[in-house]
Amino acid sequence: MNEAGLERIWVFLAASPLAGLTVTLAAYVIAWRIHAAARMNPLLHPVALSVAMLIGLLMATGVSYRDYFDGAQFVHFLLGPATVGLALPLYRQLDRVRRVIVPLAAGLAAGIVGGLAVAVAVGLALGGSLETVLSLAPKSATAPVAMGVAERIGGLPSLTAVLVVATGILGAVIGVPLLRSLGIRDDAVAGVAMGSTAHGIGTARAFQVSEEMGAFSGLAMAISAFLIALVLPTLLAAFGLPGAAP
Amino acid sequence: MRLIGGLCVLLCYQLAGELVAIFFELAIPGPVIGMLLLLATLMVLGRAPAGPDAAAGALLAHLSLLFVPAGVGVMVHLDLVAAEWLPITAALVASTVAGMALTALVMKWVMRLTSRRARP
Repeated sequence: MNEAGLERIWVFLAASPLAGLTVTLAAYVIAWRIHAAARMNPLLHPVALSVAMLIGLLMATGVSYRDYFDGAQFVHFLLGPATVGLALPLYRQLDRVRRVIVPLAAGLAAGIVGGLAVAVAVGLALGGSLETVLSLAPKSATAPVAMGVAERIGGLPSLTAVLVVATGILGAVIGVPLLRSLGIRDDAVAGVAMGSTAHGIGTARAFQVSEEMGAFSGLAMAISAFLIALVLPTLLAAFGLPGAAP
Repeated sequence: MRLIGGLCVLLCYQLAGELVAIFFELAIPGPVIGMLLLLATLMVLGRAPAGPDAAAGALLAHLSLLFVPAGVGVMVHLDLVAAEWLPITAALVASTVAGMALTALVMKWVMRLTSRRARP
């Protein structure tokens, strides 16, 4: 083996954003194959699997997250235009939304305020630091929104991103059995609960149950992303959390 | 070409949203403002143009991939998560259950109220 040649390859890979981007896509493709092979088992979520594989790889090779992100940022960047793109499914569902707008708004408001209050109360009661609790607060919004909000209220955007993914996976796993046990038979109502709590990951699960549940879940995800961004800083200030002012 | 044009429209609205957020010092992230501006435009237009529709469809179809680079960021916070795993896990589980149950029950209850009022 040519030691100097291998050394040159390693220097190139470590310095180029190509490697970070390539391994991100490769990990996701492998994770999807595993997820599909396990008949879409929500516990083997492709995001959770990809993240685990990539962390293992980075630790084994000693590459820092910052160097990895130089390449992976090209994927991360697309979260912005994807958020803007939520306007299109929202527009297509506008007629259905108008018909249930009052119950929908009431449900979302109750869920967002209640979920936030429980997260903050439980987090602080069990000794979580303020920074951690502030990172937890926006976790039910889809990632780009939650990270933007966390940054503005004094949480850690990268920790929030992880908590968003964890919340989405949890919601996708427990959502359907929980809602059925509460006697929710209407797929529109179940969809709204899935989307407002478990954002895009919950929406993917809802589409597996029915088209109606999926459409309302996507809709609730978009509306609650907006509501969380709009009211969270004010709500946190109302709970008397310092550092919560934007 | 339709996809590129559509992506360009999405980026223009994101840029407009970011500029609005900076100019007015808003706490709302720029992409969310961009989403609202685009929704308002579509409502005025009365239809969804094919380009932005194709671009949004392509991005939203693979939405979960876009979460991966941010998720890997947990490796930076492993110490914090190890130290505060109990409040983090408990708050996450309790608030997910509470948020989901409250949303569904309140929406169902208000639906019943409003339909009862509409019937007579």
